[in-house]
Amino acid sequence: MADLTRDDVAHLAGLARIDLSDAELDRMVGELGVILEAVATVQQAPIADVEPMSHPMPIVNVTRPDVVRPSLTPEEALAGAPEAEQQRFSVPRILDEE
Amino acid sequence: MTTTTAEPTLSFDDALAAYDPAMGLEVHVELGTNTKMFCGCPTEFGAEPNTQVCPVCLGLPGALPVVNEVAVESAIRIGLALNCSIAPWCRFARKNYFYPDMPKNFQTSQYDEPIAVDGYLDVELEDGSTYRVEIERAHMEEDTGKSLHVGGSTGRIHGATHSLVDYNRAGIPLIEIVTKPILGTRERAPEVAKAYVATLRDLLKALEVSDVKMEQGSMRCDVNLSLSPAGAGTLGTRTETKNVNSLRSVERAVRYEVGRHAAILAGGGSITQETRHWHEDTGITTSGRVKSDAEDYRYFPEPDLVPVAPSEEAIEALRATLPEPPAERRKRLQAEWGYGDLEMRDVMNAGLVDLIGATVAAGASPTAARKWWSGEIARRANGEGVDVPTYASRLGVTPAHVVELEGLVTAGRLNDSMARQAWEGVLDGEGTPTEVADARGLELVQDTGALEAAVDAVIAGNPDVADKIRDGKVQAVGALIGQVMREMKGQADAAAARQLILARLGQS
Repeated sequence: MADLTRDDVAHLAGLARIDLSDAELDRMVGELGVILEAVATVQQAPIADVEPMSHPMPIVNVTRPDVVRPSLTPEEALAGAPEAEQQRFSVPRILDEE
Repeated sequence: MTTTTAEPTLSFDDALAAYDPAMGLEVHVELGTNTKMFCGCPTEFGAEPNTQVCPVCLGLPGALPVVNEVAVESAIRIGLALNCSIAPWCRFARKNYFYPDMPKNFQTSQYDEPIAVDGYLDVELEDGSTYRVEIERAHMEEDTGKSLHVGGSTGRIHGATHSLVDYNRAGIPLIEIVTKPILGTRERAPEVAKAYVATLRDLLKALEVSDVKMEQGSMRCDVNLSLSPAGAGTLGTRTETKNVNSLRSVERAVRYEVGRHAAILAGGGSITQETRHWHEDTGITTSGRVKSDAEDYRYFPEPDLVPVAPSEEAIEALRATLPEPPAERRKRLQAEWGYGDLEMRDVMNAGLVDLIGATVAAGASPTAARKWWSGEIARRANGEGVDVPTYASRLGVTPAHVVELEGLVTAGRLNDSMARQAWEGVLDGEGTPTEVADARGLELVQDTGALEAAVDAVIAGNPDVADKIRDGKVQAVGALIGQVMREMKGQADAAAARQLILARLGQS
C-alpha cells in the first residue's frame, strides 16, 4: 500500500479533531506507518472466493417492536458529562464550522 | 454581521437567458414511530431536554442498537410509494464525524446499500402539466441532537463561548429521500422544486408515516443547485442549501441561488462547492462549510447491526397497505364531486378535501359541502391563522351541521340568505342549524296567500314587464322575483315566487 504522508496524518488529525504539533505529526507518520504495515498483512489472506461480511453471525432482520421503554432520568443521562447546564450537555464551541 | 451580507445576484430572467439550472433535492423526514430507530426511547416533540435518552442513543460504551421494525416497514412503504425497487438485502453504515450533535461520533445511516432505489414521483404543476421527478434512493438513518449555542448574541454559533446539547432528537428515525438531477425545468425550476416537496409531503401524509410538519422540522429539505451554460447539457459545480423548511422557502431558495450562481459565473468566477445556510427572514443564503468528501466520513458497514433483508412476501404485504396515491385520489374525487379544475384546486389548497369527503359521505351534496366549508368559515379561519379543518374542530362544527343546513334549504324552510344567517349562527356557537333558525326566527313564509298578494301587486305595478313575459320573454321574470322578495322582506321562497309569476302570466 502507498506510504502514509505527513499530509494524510494532518488531515486525519483534523477529522478526529486532534491538535498535533509539528513534532507530533512527524512522529505519527512513522508510528502510524508501522501500524498500517502490520495490519496490511491481512491483505494477503486468500479471499478470492469469500463473501464480504460485516457481522460474524449469518442472520438477518433482527428487529424490536415499536414499544417505548423507560429512558434514563436527565440526572442519570448527565451524570457522566464533565459539564452540564440547563439540563443539557455543555460542550466546547466548535471552531471554523458553520 | 458579515455572514448575512447579501452577495450580488442576477435577475432570474437574465440568469435563465444564459444558464440552465439543474437541481437535486434531499428531503429528510422524521418517522412518526413511537420509539427511536435503534432504541426504545420515546420520540415526543418538545419534551424537556435529555428526558428521552438512554445508553444506546447517548452512545455509552457497550450499548447495542436494535432496529425498530416499524421504521423499516415505513421505509419500505415510502420506497414503494415512490415507485422504487426495494433492496432484498441491505445494511446500515457508520458515517463517522466528530461533532457534538451525535454523541457516538458517528451517525448510523445507509451508504452504498440503501433500502430503496430508482423510483419516481409525478408532480403536477400549476398549469395542470406533470413533471416526473426521478428518485435516486431512499435510505434509513437517525436524526441528530439539537445544539443551543451560548454566549453569542443571536443564539448562532458565531461568537458562542460553548454549546448546550439536548439528545432527545438523536436517534429518531429519519428517511432521506434523494432525487436524481432534475433537469430541463428552466424557468419552472422554483415551481418544480416546490411542487415536488408539496407532493412528497402529501404522499407521506397519506402513508401516515410522519406528521410531515416542516415548521417543526419533521420534514426538512436541502436544495442542491448548479448552473450550466444554456443548451450545453453539462452539469456545473453545485451548492447545497441546507434546512429550507417551508414550501415557499424551497421556491425562494432555488430562485435566489440561480441568481447568485449566475452573477458569479457571468463575472467570470467559479462556484465553490459548499453548503449554504438559508435565511428565512431575508431570503438569502450564506456560505457554510466547504463540503466534506464522502471519503472523509470513512463509511463502513455497521458491525453492531445485522443486515435488513425483507422477503418478497413481506414487501408485497406492505405494498398492499399503500393508500390510493394522492394525485389519483384527487382525480377520482374531482370526477365524483363534479368540480371544475379551479374549484378542485381551491379545495385542495384550502385543505378541505377530507372535510368535504366526510360531509358528502354524511349525506350532503358536493356542491353544498364545498359552498359551506369554503365561505364564511374560511374567512374566519383565515382571520385566526388556522386552516378550516382545524378551526371547525375547534368550534365543534361538523359535517352533520352542513347536512342539516342543506336539508333545511331543500325542505323549503330556508332560502339561501336565511341559510347563510343560520350558518353564521352555527359558527357563533348558537347551536345546530335548526336551533339557530328557530332562535332567530328564520322561516320562509309558507302562507301562499301572502305570496300571491305580493305577486299580484308586483305584476300590477309592472305592466310592461308582465307583457314581455306573456309574449314569451321568460328571462324577464328575474326583475319581478326581486321585487316580490323585497315585498316579502326576504322571507319568501324565490323558486315558489318564480313559479307563481309564470303561472299568473300563462308561462307554465
